[in-house]
Amino acid sequence: MGNTQLAAIWRRLKPTALALVVPLLLLAFWQVATTQRWTLLIPTPWQVAEYMVDFAKGGIYDDAYSATLVTHLLASMSRVYGGFALAAAFALPIGLLIGRIPTARMLLDPFLQLMRPIPVTAWLPLSMILFGLGAKSAFALVCLGAFYPILLNTVFGVRSVDPKLFEAASMLGCKGNAQFFKVVLPAATPSIFTGLRLGLGLAWFVIVVGEMTGVPQGLGAVIMDARTLSRTDLVICGMIVIGVAGYLSDRVVVAIGNRLLRWSPTHNA
Amino acid sequence: MRELPIIDIKGVSKVFKLQDQTINALSDANLTIGKGEFICLIGASGCGKSTLLRIMAGFEQPTAGEALMWGKPIEAPEPSRGMVFQDYALFPWLSVRDNIGFGPTSRGLSSGEVKATVDKFVELVGLGKFANAYPHQLSGGMKQRVAIARVLANDAELVLMDEPFGALDAMTRERLQDELLDIWQRTGLTVVFVTHSIEEAIFLAGRVVVMTPGPGRIESDNALTLPRPRDVSSPEFNDIRRVLGGKLHSHHSKVASAPAVAV
Repeated sequence: MGNTQLAAIWRRLKPTALALVVPLLLLAFWQVATTQRWTLLIPTPWQVAEYMVDFAKGGIYDDAYSATLVTHLLASMSRVYGGFALAAAFALPIGLLIGRIPTARMLLDPFLQLMRPIPVTAWLPLSMILFGLGAKSAFALVCLGAFYPILLNTVFGVRSVDPKLFEAASMLGCKGNAQFFKVVLPAATPSIFTGLRLGLGLAWFVIVVGEMTGVPQGLGAVIMDARTLSRTDLVICGMIVIGVAGYLSDRVVVAIGNRLLRWSPTHNA
Repeated sequence: MRELPIIDIKGVSKVFKLQDQTINALSDANLTIGKGEFICLIGASGCGKSTLLRIMAGFEQPTAGEALMWGKPIEAPEPSRGMVFQDYALFPWLSVRDNIGFGPTSRGLSSGEVKATVDKFVELVGLGKFANAYPHQLSGGMKQRVAIARVLANDAELVLMDEPFGALDAMTRERLQDELLDIWQRTGLTVVFVTHSIEEAIFLAGRVVVMTPGPGRIESDNALTLPRPRDVSSPEFNDIRRVLGGKLHSHHSKVASAPAVAV
């Protein structure tokens, strides 16, 4: 095999290879730390892997969590995507209003900025009082987590439209409200899209808090239950599933974005 | 009765207020433009040439005086007056075709009519191969061609150009100057072209309006009779350049009187 061929293969594999370096180092450190008994409270990678198989398919331990991964994953996904959709349904119109109408900005912006620093965790007790124990609270908390990135990026997108484009549109005969659909919305799509992507990421990020509301199923619920049962292997399995699911969901969003935003030179992630 | 001029600028002044400062961008400008003329506005930055152009476009209203088109006050931007911006101002999310079709679509033409119009103007500016490309995939020269086609596709009778070739390299600029003259001669458009290059103004214009800053005003209005195509290296061209150069700089240093030529 020639050198040029080798170089070509390396170019193809390089991104994957580099991406694996840090996880593999971490895994090696984990292996050493647990087999050398630096800590007794964390299971070895192998134990976790074995438990993951049981969590997914059963047949090894056959306890209450065997073969329940899909059930919990689907429960969490319904809350993540449901809460995210709810957040988008509120944040997009409010963001467009704040971005376009000064009165709406003066009315809503100070209040929303005041609420923004309050973490989702802090809302947990109130949410349980307002929406009760269970799924409604989980939706509300996930929605809250995804709301602000969508809102802020929508406002930013709408407000940072190049003023020249309005002049260009009006001299071409597109005036008044027609400009909203033909200039503002398309010009703001890259920002709006960034907001949606961040929002979905945050929806996964807050899923554990969202499922502290006493729901029986869900990856967050599993992690909280496993914690009280001191089942660290199960905790780590739940973490890994959330990480992978969140990652895959982000890749899908990025693929959609690259397709819809082909025209945007800055949007090819 | 004389024919109405397409543009009539009567005693137009423009004052901008920036916090506690007032800036006299344009002071008592008078200018009459006949249909089919090619006018260049030239001057240093701050001379009000862009302000005057924006008033003609309807983007700005005069503080005093009046700006008329066919005898009627210019109150807002309109498709009959198309603007070509220095930084193109194309819609980045639309392909070349759709950028050119933006005006016809906004005017409510049927999709068949829009398509026919777009086809015609894509060809006119030689962008057939790039019809489906997005602006960020085009060179500066190609973007400016799209911007010109976009204005022409909308039936503009007056084309206002704000240093349209200022950001282009010299070769591309010369080609676009030739193409613009060609389009102007074939279509009978009226063109008002802002530039800070004396060569560009003399190469293109039928009349060169020299403007000076502080406050922005029209210094002189010079009709050029040099036959086209004009040779930038000819002695006649250079004589005109010397005279106009003198007028351009007259506000800060009185240039030793240039030899009188019939400009």
